[in-house]
Amino acid sequence: MRRWTGPSTRTPSRDRSPPGATLRHWTRSLAGPAFAGMALLFASPHSAQDSLPPAPYAYRQLDDPAQEAKAQALMETLRCLKCQSQSIADSDAPMAGDMRSQVRQRIAAGEDPEAIRAWLVERYGDYVSYAPRVTSLTWPLFALPLLLLLTAALLLRRRFGKGDGG
Amino acid sequence: MIAEFGLAALWLAAALAALQLLAGSLALTPRGAGLAAVVRPVAVVQGLLGLVAFVALIVLFCETDLSVKLVAMNSHSAKPFIYKLAGAWGNHEGSMLLWVTVMGLSGGFLALVEKRLPEPTMLATLAGQAFVSLGFYAFLLLSSNPFERLSPVPAEGQGLNPLLQDIGLAFHPPTLYLGYVGLSVAFSFAIGALVTREVGPAFARAMRPWVLGAWIFLTLGITAGSYWAYYELGWGGWWFWDPVENASLMPWLAATALLHSASVLAARNALRAWTIMLGVVAFSMSMVGTFLVRSGILTSVHAFAVDPERGSFILALLAINIGGALTLFGLRAATVTEGERFAPVSREGALVFNNVMLSATLGIVLFGTLYPLAAEAMGAKVSVGPPYFNPMSAIFVAPMLIVLAVGPLLRWRRDTFARVSGSVALPALLAAAAAVGVAFWTQAGLLPMLGLVLAAGLALASLLPLRGRGLRRTPLAVWGMVMAHFGVAVALGGMASDSAFSVEKLVASRVGETTAVGPWQVRLDRIEPVAGQNWTAMEARLFVSYRGGAPIAAFPQSRSFWTPPQQTSESALITRWNGQLYTVLGEQSDDGRWQLRLWWKPFVTLIWFGGVLIALGGLLALLGRVSSDLRRLIAREKIADRRQRQGR
Repeated sequence: MRRWTGPSTRTPSRDRSPPGATLRHWTRSLAGPAFAGMALLFASPHSAQDSLPPAPYAYRQLDDPAQEAKAQALMETLRCLKCQSQSIADSDAPMAGDMRSQVRQRIAAGEDPEAIRAWLVERYGDYVSYAPRVTSLTWPLFALPLLLLLTAALLLRRRFGKGDGG
Repeated sequence: MIAEFGLAALWLAAALAALQLLAGSLALTPRGAGLAAVVRPVAVVQGLLGLVAFVALIVLFCETDLSVKLVAMNSHSAKPFIYKLAGAWGNHEGSMLLWVTVMGLSGGFLALVEKRLPEPTMLATLAGQAFVSLGFYAFLLLSSNPFERLSPVPAEGQGLNPLLQDIGLAFHPPTLYLGYVGLSVAFSFAIGALVTREVGPAFARAMRPWVLGAWIFLTLGITAGSYWAYYELGWGGWWFWDPVENASLMPWLAATALLHSASVLAARNALRAWTIMLGVVAFSMSMVGTFLVRSGILTSVHAFAVDPERGSFILALLAINIGGALTLFGLRAATVTEGERFAPVSREGALVFNNVMLSATLGIVLFGTLYPLAAEAMGAKVSVGPPYFNPMSAIFVAPMLIVLAVGPLLRWRRDTFARVSGSVALPALLAAAAAVGVAFWTQAGLLPMLGLVLAAGLALASLLPLRGRGLRRTPLAVWGMVMAHFGVAVALGGMASDSAFSVEKLVASRVGETTAVGPWQVRLDRIEPVAGQNWTAMEARLFVSYRGGAPIAAFPQSRSFWTPPQQTSESALITRWNGQLYTVLGEQSDDGRWQLRLWWKPFVTLIWFGGVLIALGGLLALLGRVSSDLRRLIAREKIADRRQRQGR
């Protein structure tokens, strides 16, 4: 899955829950009577700019395709902390843009992707990485496939173990 | 008035469900046998009353009756008609009403048409269906009344999320729900069979069309949802391992396993307990999915803890239904024998292997989806995403696909690999060639490469069951199997190709400038404002040409809706036989240039073609099964008729 890193001024949350959940989420955050004014505001692209200066590599690919691919792969596995179930690679939230820029700059400086991930995890906690590490908290996630393999082997053995079963 | 009418119909339907449960259960006892005649008509009327309530809600939405709270919260008079209609089920209460309606109608239809099973099993099945329905009626009436009035009446409604104002998504939830709820019938069948201990080929044949039907809808629902996410969200991704997506994948995995084990039970009278178990698991997964999506627990465990009413209700339903079914299973499993035996190398053996692999994959998805919630409840936040799900599920899916290539060629009961090795040699060779090819020509990751290799081998192998058959005399069900398996290969090929070969380009472009992405040249020709019924937009006109060919126009938009206010990107896709060019218009920067996001995605469309092929395969199998069942029924009636006449 390849995703682009878009401009930062859009609605930050791309909510992909089915209708019900989405709508309840939505109705809570409605702006009320300011509809007409907001619509006018949004209609003009010039007025929708961020007040903060954009991070240099938030919306720019690295020149070296190999480095860009590395950065892209890493960004797809980092969570946008301001959104609901989105990676920083496909979020318009300003914070995701800052993180993308950080990732690209560090990759360009020759840092190892996993070192960058570790740095971000240290800064924001395990939540930021979609690739869980093996820790005292997450070991069951990695024990499960082994357990399933064992159970599957056992089930199949019990089914077919006794001679030819026929 | 219409709202009160709908509510009354809903209460009445709930009362009839209670009657259906009571009469169905009592009719199984010697003293209540007289009640048996009531059960089927009650089931039919209950289904119709649910339909009446649902139609009432649709009318309210079409009229935009703002005195009804649900309409005021989710609709708007300026919305296009089709989205007013879709708004009826595009919210929590409406979708739960759709759920009970479909459930009631399935029960009613079942009561009307199913005549093959022994009557006690049917009574127990209908009582089971009523029991499950009753829980959801209670949920709807006590905590999610869709017909609640609002006072004072607001001047205007609050609108529908613009992302959902899309024709694909208008029909995506109902499709998925038909699948979810269709599995409730399989669940009730399992309960009925456990109660009366009548588990055999007749039971499997009665259950199979329902499982097939539900599975077709689930397949279509997931395929459509994935394509919607792909083109509507504007990021070019088609699967995110998001909990909401997983919620629809889990019942599909269970239903796929159930479908295959029911086939073994129908053909060979084997795998009895396993089929019953899967019947329970499949609908349980539907309910788990509903819990995840409807309880609000996905937003945050804490949000759930603050307002736990609905979530607790569904959780209680889950516990009662799943717990009850498993208890019954535990009590009766000892008396349900596994049935006929078979050798490991046999059609049944391959199906068992794939059943186990599907179940293990289901375990991975379920655990990976629930674990972050459990961790959060314990005070720690972790994320589980593609880097976990992709490799972990591949552990089980890859061997399954290899066995899938061979399994349909094996004979029932007992076979040898030597007999089929000649037939599989060609696909294996093709896969090997593909392996050499991708290893030399691409720098893709391990998983996409594996996907391409397996897809190549499986595509050929899936057609082999047709070899040596008279194509005209091949049963429809076999055509269906071949088509569905071929669809799996096609979809897999699309997924792997997208991951391995996609090209991405982000540019800030001036009007008149040309950008290259893969084999395409994209020229930004002009930007102009356009307006729709409830939105305005900036629209780009791009001229794109493939390898210097004639330019084609594409019109991506950046839309602003005002009810409610939100921006969306309307991507513009150019589809060729060998892939899609995906274009999105972003914002204008200070120096007057426009952000463009462009992707060239070779063969990405195969993903959804594959999904549709799988569903079509299911449909062929369903038609084949139902028509042969009908023929058998007619033949039996003729014989009975003749005997009667001769007797006289």
